[in-house]
Amino acid sequence: MIKTGGQIVCEALVREGVDVIFGLPGGAILPLYSTLGSYPELRHVLVRHEEGASLAADGYARASGKVGVCMATSGPGATNLITGLATAMMDSAPIVAITGQVNRGAIGSDAFQETDITGATLPVTKHNYLVMDTRDLAATIKEAFHIARTGRPGPVLIDIPRDVQAAEIEFDEAEYDKPVSLRGYNPPTTADEDEVAAAAKLINEAERPVILAGHGVIISRAFNELRELAENAQIPVITTLLGISAFPEDHVLSTGFPGMHGMAYSSLALDQADLIVNIGARFDDRITGDTKRFAINSKKIHIDIDPAEIGKNIKVEAPVLGDVRAVLNQLNAKVTRTTHTEWVQHIEHLKAEHPSLRIRESDDLLGQQVVKAISDATKGDALVVTGVGQHQMWAAQHYQFKNANSWFTSGGLGTMGYEVPAAMGAQFAHPDKEVWTFAGDGGIQMTLSEFATIAENKLPVKIAILNNNMLGMITQWQDMVFNKNFYANSYTGNPDFVKLAEAYGIKGISVTSENELDGAIQEARDHPGPVVLDFVIRAEENVFPMIPSGQSVEQLIEESL
Amino acid sequence: MAEIMINGLARRTLVALVENKPGVLARIASLFRRRGINIASLAVGASEHMDLSRMTFVAEGDPSTVGHIAKHLDKLIEVVEVSDITDNNVVWRELAMVRVRATQESRARVIQLANIFRVSIVDVGAEAVTMEITGDTSKIDSMITLMQEFGVEQVMRTGRVAMLRSALSQGGEDGEYGDQNQISSNINTLEGFDSGSV
Repeated sequence: MIKTGGQIVCEALVREGVDVIFGLPGGAILPLYSTLGSYPELRHVLVRHEEGASLAADGYARASGKVGVCMATSGPGATNLITGLATAMMDSAPIVAITGQVNRGAIGSDAFQETDITGATLPVTKHNYLVMDTRDLAATIKEAFHIARTGRPGPVLIDIPRDVQAAEIEFDEAEYDKPVSLRGYNPPTTADEDEVAAAAKLINEAERPVILAGHGVIISRAFNELRELAENAQIPVITTLLGISAFPEDHVLSTGFPGMHGMAYSSLALDQADLIVNIGARFDDRITGDTKRFAINSKKIHIDIDPAEIGKNIKVEAPVLGDVRAVLNQLNAKVTRTTHTEWVQHIEHLKAEHPSLRIRESDDLLGQQVVKAISDATKGDALVVTGVGQHQMWAAQHYQFKNANSWFTSGGLGTMGYEVPAAMGAQFAHPDKEVWTFAGDGGIQMTLSEFATIAENKLPVKIAILNNNMLGMITQWQDMVFNKNFYANSYTGNPDFVKLAEAYGIKGISVTSENELDGAIQEARDHPGPVVLDFVIRAEENVFPMIPSGQSVEQLIEESL
Repeated sequence: MAEIMINGLARRTLVALVENKPGVLARIASLFRRRGINIASLAVGASEHMDLSRMTFVAEGDPSTVGHIAKHLDKLIEVVEVSDITDNNVVWRELAMVRVRATQESRARVIQLANIFRVSIVDVGAEAVTMEITGDTSKIDSMITLMQEFGVEQVMRTGRVAMLRSALSQGGEDGEYGDQNQISSNINTLEGFDSGSV
């Protein structure tokens, strides 16, 4: 059948099971947009800024487990996607980004809205393509989806010149169904049995083991397998920031998240363990601090699908290369059923002695109280999204997650502005679930243009702004690390967020004291559409516990209550 | 060819088989730059496979990072196979062209030294000769040092190309790229090898 390049893109997207595309058109992608309307299976969500498109695709991908798709035109449209691509790259979220490019003949001539986007996105994509022949389009898209979703997932960008979208060629549907074969890309699945046996031996011999469960558990959907390992050998489970919601937090073995602003007992347990079973985490600097002083009392098992992560930051005794879920199935068959009563009790003592989640008394409303109240009201059942900063840490600490894959945050890149678009993406992935997003008054102003997209699509997202009229984490660092040399940290020109929400036709609620909390949250939950809650919280409030950057657990600072 | 340390930086030699497509070199260069590794030398050329090129890199950087670069390279979709051969038994060669000042008085001595080093003279001019030196890096370095007294006008070096030595008995290293598991386990174990020598 004769089809244009644009039609072939749509045909391919339908075959890849895409149901929603976040995008914003421009001149160089108009031939593709002119065909998009004839494919009702592909719901196009018109964002207000391309960064919103890539971050929404990221949120959609994480929440659904499918590949998120975003589209933009050449030049500024494409460069605006970059923050979202980098976010997805750091946190291994599968995205396919499709960008328009100037006509083939104009490439390299500094044409209007021309940018070398494949060059610009080299370091922030898993792979990218510039398609110079319409006949290569279908195979390229198929390959891109394959690369995005397999192995360690990540963003893939496809740049398509305008005339490649417009050209007509014969499209062979049967050709599309052939499996992808790439000789330079063969991600591992099951692990080498010797590696598994070595890991199992360490687990069976350990007296004080802990599991450090990372994002890999969630990506691999290995929730049951993780639980089986933990329960079978009675191993306490620490999750990384991105591993939150890989393990139910009301479980007796749940031991919080460690590191810079993690629970003190998590960091102490990691330090005191004699074996760390790292499952799909990458020993990030927010967890290790000084790598030379990190968890020196333990041997390490590192299960990861990415060979380049093993031994990158921390030396490991037992590397296991493979897909987390497949490896855990192999491992569970070899791990002996046992208990570590003394060790588990010791961790219970640590939890009691270091009550990191206790909230102090305060006349002003505290961010911690807001998160706790929302956690209680939703019974830990909501999908939770955040921006980056103090509110993100309070959300990670005080929301008690019950369900698998219910927490979405930009952990690696630390993208302020993630909160609104990613919540939009998560809500598209799960239209029937309750989505709450925690925002700071700083980050929300980076992408709040998507309020319009939320209103337009009637997405019932609940947006909780923890508003202290400042960049809270910056203030905290200037307070604690830079001798109270406060500079460029306060926002004196903030808008009235309630009125702003109302201007978009979104319900706005202002909350200024603790006794209004429950009523306001209930009102928001009862409202069928989107709601912006402006929680005016105490300005001078630091996040604790804290291990300063590059330090170790010896420098752990806890709040005196 | 064991790892060489210069000013606290480690040098490792890598050989990669890559897709012969536009932009592949940019991808590889971008990766080296991003991980803070300098490409001390690079040689690229056709391989025995029609659509694949073979590259030899000498990578220079912080020991912990540079020891890891093969794994990062292997993640690039267009890199089909990569080995860190620093600690392996390899044959390696570099070619250099060196233009040396050679006047009537000195020409005979320059040519004599060239002959001793089995270096061929590929061009002779009124004031200079150009020689082609093939060998390991130390041979080229020594020759250039020797020529300093006459005046070295220009040096052009190809960078190192390296190849694993064939096994003397059956069951040695296999050059096929088909078996990814073998390749990745090869990479994983390389760091544990004793330093070999050339």
